[in-house]
Amino acid sequence: MSDITEIFDDEVVTGALVRDVRLPGGAGTMALITLDNGFDHTKPNTFGPRGLRELDKALDAIEARDDLAAVGVTGKPFIFAVGADLKGAALVRTRGQAEDLGRLGHDVFRRLGELDVPSFAFVNGAAMGGGLEIALHCTYRTISSGVPAVALPECFLGLVPGWGGTQLLPRLIGPAAALKLIIENPLSQNRMLKGAEAFRTGVADAMFEPADFLEESLRWAGRVLTGEAVVTRPPFTADAAAWESAVAAARGLVDLKLRGASPAPYRALELVELARTAGRDEGFEAETQALADLLMGDELRAGLYSFDLVQRRAKRPAGAPDKALARKVTKVGVVGAGLMASQLALLFARRLEVPVVLTDLDQARLDKGVAYVHAEVDKLLAKGRVSGDQANRLRSLVSGSLTKDAFADADLVIEAVFEDLKVKKQVFAEVEAVVGPECVLATNTSSLSVTAMASGLRHPERVVGFHFFNPVAVLPLLEIVRGERTDDATLATAFATGKALKKSCVLVKDAPAFVVNRLLTRFMGEVIGAVDEGTPIETADRALDGLGLPMSAFALLQLVGPAVALHVAETLHEAFPDRYKVSASLATLVKAGKPGVFAPDFSIDPEAREIFEGSGLTGPDAGEVRDRALRALAEEARLMLDEGVVAAAEDIDLCMILGAGWPFHTGGITPYLDRTGVSTQVNGRRFLQPGVASVPA
Amino acid sequence: MLLTSSLEPPTNEEPAVPTSRDVVFVDGVRTPFGRSGPKGLYAETRADDLVVRVIRELMRRNPSLPPERVDEVAIAATTQIGDQGLTIGRSAAVLAGLPKSVPGYAIDRMCAGAMTAVTTVAGGIAFGAYDVAIAGGVEHMGRHPMGEGVDPNPRFLSEKLVDGSALIMGMTAENLHDRYPEIGKERADAYAVASQEKVAKAYANGKIQPDLVPMATRKAAEGWGLATEDEPPRPGTTMEALAALKTPFRPHGHVTAGNAAGINDGATGSLIAAADVAAELGLTPKMRLVSYAFAGVDPEVMGVGPIPSTERALRLAGLAIGDIGLIEINEAFAVQVLAFLGHFGIPDDDPRVNPYGGAIAFGHPLASSGVRLMTQLARQFGERPDVRYGITTMCVGMGMGGTVIWENPAWEGAK
Repeated sequence: MSDITEIFDDEVVTGALVRDVRLPGGAGTMALITLDNGFDHTKPNTFGPRGLRELDKALDAIEARDDLAAVGVTGKPFIFAVGADLKGAALVRTRGQAEDLGRLGHDVFRRLGELDVPSFAFVNGAAMGGGLEIALHCTYRTISSGVPAVALPECFLGLVPGWGGTQLLPRLIGPAAALKLIIENPLSQNRMLKGAEAFRTGVADAMFEPADFLEESLRWAGRVLTGEAVVTRPPFTADAAAWESAVAAARGLVDLKLRGASPAPYRALELVELARTAGRDEGFEAETQALADLLMGDELRAGLYSFDLVQRRAKRPAGAPDKALARKVTKVGVVGAGLMASQLALLFARRLEVPVVLTDLDQARLDKGVAYVHAEVDKLLAKGRVSGDQANRLRSLVSGSLTKDAFADADLVIEAVFEDLKVKKQVFAEVEAVVGPECVLATNTSSLSVTAMASGLRHPERVVGFHFFNPVAVLPLLEIVRGERTDDATLATAFATGKALKKSCVLVKDAPAFVVNRLLTRFMGEVIGAVDEGTPIETADRALDGLGLPMSAFALLQLVGPAVALHVAETLHEAFPDRYKVSASLATLVKAGKPGVFAPDFSIDPEAREIFEGSGLTGPDAGEVRDRALRALAEEARLMLDEGVVAAAEDIDLCMILGAGWPFHTGGITPYLDRTGVSTQVNGRRFLQPGVASVPA
Repeated sequence: MLLTSSLEPPTNEEPAVPTSRDVVFVDGVRTPFGRSGPKGLYAETRADDLVVRVIRELMRRNPSLPPERVDEVAIAATTQIGDQGLTIGRSAAVLAGLPKSVPGYAIDRMCAGAMTAVTTVAGGIAFGAYDVAIAGGVEHMGRHPMGEGVDPNPRFLSEKLVDGSALIMGMTAENLHDRYPEIGKERADAYAVASQEKVAKAYANGKIQPDLVPMATRKAAEGWGLATEDEPPRPGTTMEALAALKTPFRPHGHVTAGNAAGINDGATGSLIAAADVAAELGLTPKMRLVSYAFAGVDPEVMGVGPIPSTERALRLAGLAIGDIGLIEINEAFAVQVLAFLGHFGIPDDDPRVNPYGGAIAFGHPLASSGVRLMTQLARQFGERPDVRYGITTMCVGMGMGGTVIWENPAWEGAK
């Protein structure tokens, strides 16, 4: 066992501090364990082998006593515990170590449910993963109505709740509710429950307000011990049919979302299925085996890698200049009043809370743009996302102007006009005539050259690319494009603004279509190309199901719109004619004014089918389509790194996760290409060293 | 005519607010008191959290009171900075989860802070400005040592407005021994021993616990704990032990840590209401306010303050000391209690005086103590239907005394 302690060599150890508490109501003495790693709430309690042993030791001392009426467990302020130490988990090298880690957690946590006296968990703050499992092992639970996050996020990362969660939770709250926590929520953007929701679900027996949560929990514990309060829970294990149907329903959901692409949710389903009949030993051992299998699988390693990218790299963008160089942005101008411009205006107003002026040459378009923002604010108000005062403030921040004079005192002007270099250059020249010399000029171009756009300006150093993803309010990625002349102050201002907009920023070079669109277009190009060659739309579109991408190529085409997709494809074709083909069928589809190949009911539109499949040829089969697409992605990603579009493969993956929603288990894309051998076949080498996003060799 | 034309037409109805109303003490609770300092119960607990806990417990103990019916939250603290600042009555009300419509303020009369919170809201209730109010006090003397941030005007001394000893409470107590030479150190110590014994007995008989609200205490290095009882009492204190203590305020003096209240942390709170509103809301009064008075004395003998304030309160009530069946007097110093008793011809060990013991044992977190006295008097009233009137009284720094006279609703003579 000692070797797993060594693996977690920089474990932040969560201590188990024990104090005696005299319970109100003459209920006797409780040994109250406080889980505390010695840091404030910004570094939550986690568990590695040392922390588990601390808890084990505390329980040894408690078990040796005969004067206790109960044992309690609570957290440090704002945090109960948030689960296993993931940094350490990523360093596990052998299956034996993985099993040891699983068993150690079980051996320690299960003691809480197997003491001679009742145990109480007082869930005072965030309880996730192993943290929630500690609470589940206790005899009783209270929860604070102020808890912001209760979750079993393991499946989100590619794990299963492996320290008792899959066995204890279904028996406590029933299989359907448990599967929601174990599978459905993690697969829905890792949704978390608030304290009150967790209480309603049955995760806790009593709920108290945060102001005096611990005191009232202890009072309640006293009443439970004296029999004054009685806890009743519905039985769930008797109804085999209900149990089966809950598991079947969850399986349907997993299939729909993942199409078999990631093993973890399937293992979780099996474990929950087992929980109805399995004894503790059997159930916990099954969890350990699942945990070990997953820990020794590359999907989980890619998940941990992705999690780290999103948690760390996204917050400290590679290549961003010194923050101190950033200039204040107290007013924003938006050139254009179309849908994109209006979305941007809303975002800037909402996040920066500064005046935002939209300009357009056409009063009707301008009115429509401002009206769009006001209507969106009304929607936020109706949903209770902003108060009446805040809504008034937001509406008053956004205005329209027919002339660019209104930009005179703006610190940042972003253009969202037609994707045409000449038009954009003219817009910037007009803006420059009005604004001060330090005003940042940002372009939301998705494919044009930022450098070219800046050329001819008096101050080209203030031009920067600000590439958002649609829908702007939802997708968290912002590609910040540095042109050849862009200076550090401009770039720093762009990063500071991006952060204030709550976006994850990645610095990219001024290269055609930057990162996400370049890869997505290449990938779509291969799929559409196969259809052009005669592969049926359905076959080509399903060919990459094994990756578990959120959207197939043609679904993506539908979302982006064929016209935009065609435009980007043409731009990239111009830059890289060998690799990017422009599909004649796609051009025809655009001319036909079709929104995509799918009819509103998601069947293939017959006219679209005619356009694409009219050739009468026989295209490549699904396997070949998949190979081509993956090889194309590997080739393009490598070229992008060689060209220095981004600093590292990690940035490509971060972009694909945040901008395209590509899943954690593919690690964005390069870990998947590495583990399937595609990168080595195509480029002669991997993107990432073994162990970075895969099981260490 | 022009001025009134836009207003509502005058009516002949009675004003909505009565000119004066009976005021009652509905309920009082407090946190256990702690010893100040790094080893004390509340070494790492915020003062405002103590107040929040008290407010919430008052509301919890009186569920028939709709929270929005609380019209004011008056919380006293002597040192109103940091966690005792930010207009603590208002900030604690918000933190306690009272509706935002409930206002609050901070109040200060040093040791008589909570007492003044009660009398001030009582005045407002009698006037008709409030129906129900929360009044209490807090002092975390560990986080806010006595005299923190004070800046006495140099004129106090240059013009001999007060004696140099006036701001050091222990010195004012020594001065009191000078004024009353018949009160020696031994009498003071004997009084202190008796106070400790009475507190131990009251605890053993379960008289104190019902009005304490358990308070969570966390220390970073030890984890969470729970304060369920007062920390300052030293049961088993003997005359011998007290005789051995140092007299820090004067060489060979009289005042020691043993015959004075300590340096403590704690909070108290009470629910004060108009008698008719209490009846309407189904709140059971524990005491009815009869009169109150504050009085000033020479700051260098601040301990005599309760004498003139009690004389005045009795006069206002039309009562004599002989009408008073129970006396809760704050024991800042034994000598100050003995001076009071001497003035009114009451023996040192009179059973009417502090039957549950006093601040020498419980501790005296300055601005909180006034409501502790009231809470204890209220409990005694419940047990003593033979008693009609009781007083709560205390001395105050800068030379003051405060006294509140209460009537026992359970007095059997009324029936």
